[in-house]
Amino acid sequence: MKKLINDTADVVSEALVGIGAAHADLLRVDLDKKTIMRADGPIQGKVALISGGGSGHEPMHGGYVGMGMLDAACAGEVFTSPTPDQMEAATKAVDGGAGVLHIVKNYTGDVMNFEMGAELCQAEGIAVEAVVINDDVAVQDSLYTAGRRGVGTTVLAEKLCGAAAERGDDLQAVANLCRKVNDQGRSMGMALTSCTVPAAGKPTFELGPNEMEIGIGIHGEPGRERMELKSAREIVAMMSEAILSDLPFESGDQVIALVNGMGGTPLIELYLIYNELNQICQARGITIARQLVGNYITSLEMAGFSITLLRADEEMLVLWDAPVHTPALRWGV
Amino acid sequence: MISIENLLTWLIALQTTYLENKQYLTDLDAAIGDADHGINMERGFTAVKQKIEATDHNDVGSLLKITAMTLISTVGGASGPLYGTFFLRASTACARKTTLTNAELVNMFDVGLQGVVQRGKARLADKTMIDALTPALEAMTQALENGASLTNILQAGTDAAEHGMQQTIPMLAKKGRASYLGERSIGHQDPGATSSYLMLKTALDVWGNEET
Ligand SMILES: Nc1ncnc2c1ncn2[C@@H]1O[C@H](COP(=O)(O)OP(=O)(O)OP(=O)(O)O)[C@@H](O)[C@H]1O
Ligand SMILES: [Mg+2]
Repeated sequence: MKKLINDTADVVSEALVGIGAAHADLLRVDLDKKTIMRADGPIQGKVALISGGGSGHEPMHGGYVGMGMLDAACAGEVFTSPTPDQMEAATKAVDGGAGVLHIVKNYTGDVMNFEMGAELCQAEGIAVEAVVINDDVAVQDSLYTAGRRGVGTTVLAEKLCGAAAERGDDLQAVANLCRKVNDQGRSMGMALTSCTVPAAGKPTFELGPNEMEIGIGIHGEPGRERMELKSAREIVAMMSEAILSDLPFESGDQVIALVNGMGGTPLIELYLIYNELNQICQARGITIARQLVGNYITSLEMAGFSITLLRADEEMLVLWDAPVHTPALRWGV
Repeated sequence: MISIENLLTWLIALQTTYLENKQYLTDLDAAIGDADHGINMERGFTAVKQKIEATDHNDVGSLLKITAMTLISTVGGASGPLYGTFFLRASTACARKTTLTNAELVNMFDVGLQGVVQRGKARLADKTMIDALTPALEAMTQALENGASLTNILQAGTDAAEHGMQQTIPMLAKKGRASYLGERSIGHQDPGATSSYLMLKTALDVWGNEET
């Protein structure tokens, strides 16, 4: 294993100290509870938003803490859910009296840990709503799986709901918006290479030099199919077909598009992917009204990318354009 | 009869068990999950060991509760809330007790298992830890009813858990991360069922020779 670390046991804490030091104007870090919080919180009367999950997906979630997005992010060990005591502490720390929304990605561990954290807070009379994001079309949503995983739509939901909370929407309204974003967002990812969890010391899975995994999860969970590497055009066609036919997206739709790098893919390739995606959308009469291209929800050093499309109405576009000031997303300020 | 000292010995021995099996459990999880189960369990029980060695204990319920809260706050993953709930429920079944009879011990495991089922909503044959724990509890209850000794009760539970663990190999996972694999989960032993088997095996190892 070749990594820029000191001790595998300290990776998460040392990175947390680093993000706190680099963004001291925006963030406050509680090292004991491995939680990143807005420096100016809690904000009285504003619905607070919390997310969290395993580390290794940076900038998600800590990079999205700040004005117009999250109030706190709880960090777990690499690829391992944070624990209920973290969510409890974060919820209490950010509650400004208007209630707290938990944005949870659909993984068994995350869901159960957030659930226990919410139960602890609700027992003390704090209003907590939880919305589970499950947008990964690579997984069949059936009784026979843990359900679709939460991936790229999470970032878009954090931005849009953060803007709604900033505008003064109440807890129910922000939670409903989050559910709507989840209902209308779809994603799929792929990998060219595996990644190595520092504590594990070796790659999570093996891919041959000429192989790729379509439908990969952000923790290296296997996807739909392992196949021979194809051209970017063919890969994007395959993935966007799976995404577009799932909702389905239709001619006349406006979308927010996220072309996301998994951590080990250069931007030049991501822009090339965006070009392919843009052409496919145009050919289908779908307008990409807003877009993000870059590393937003990563999987350590994995090479690969994911596509997220969110069918957006005018209100979502207004919320998208609203000011945001976080380490990883910043505009309008 | 199980004393608080016996329980302490078991909980501390679990740290050694999961340390020794850290790689094994992690490798099992790498095949059908995210390669962290052994790491999670070892981290959790190392914290439990530190916590319970640092204080005196005079009732079983609170010892198990400390264990539960420590696991909940250190294990993470799916197994953190599941094993945490296991010990939390077990602790309520042992409130203010200073010793456990064989029947109370089996009941403690049974109440814990019910907590796991409620929290995780898995059913038998979904390829999870309850595929080891459920047959183990059936076997222990049966042995108890037959008037077996503690050693024989634990032997029956361990054997059944081992069998249940092996039975997860041909199963298709329907819960947890492994379910994303669909058909590809077949042919691999479930890591959680394995850590559950090890939990009983460790109880047998540390309590099996005691005369009770
Ligand atoms: N719903 C469930 N009910 C019972 N046991 C479950 C359930 N989901 C998963 N498990 C058990 O948990 C084990 C995996 O635990 P592990 O510590 O690796 O968590 P994880 O799934 O990797 O969590 P995370 O996704 O947060 O990392 C599985 O082998 C299985 O036995
Ligand atoms: Mg795991």
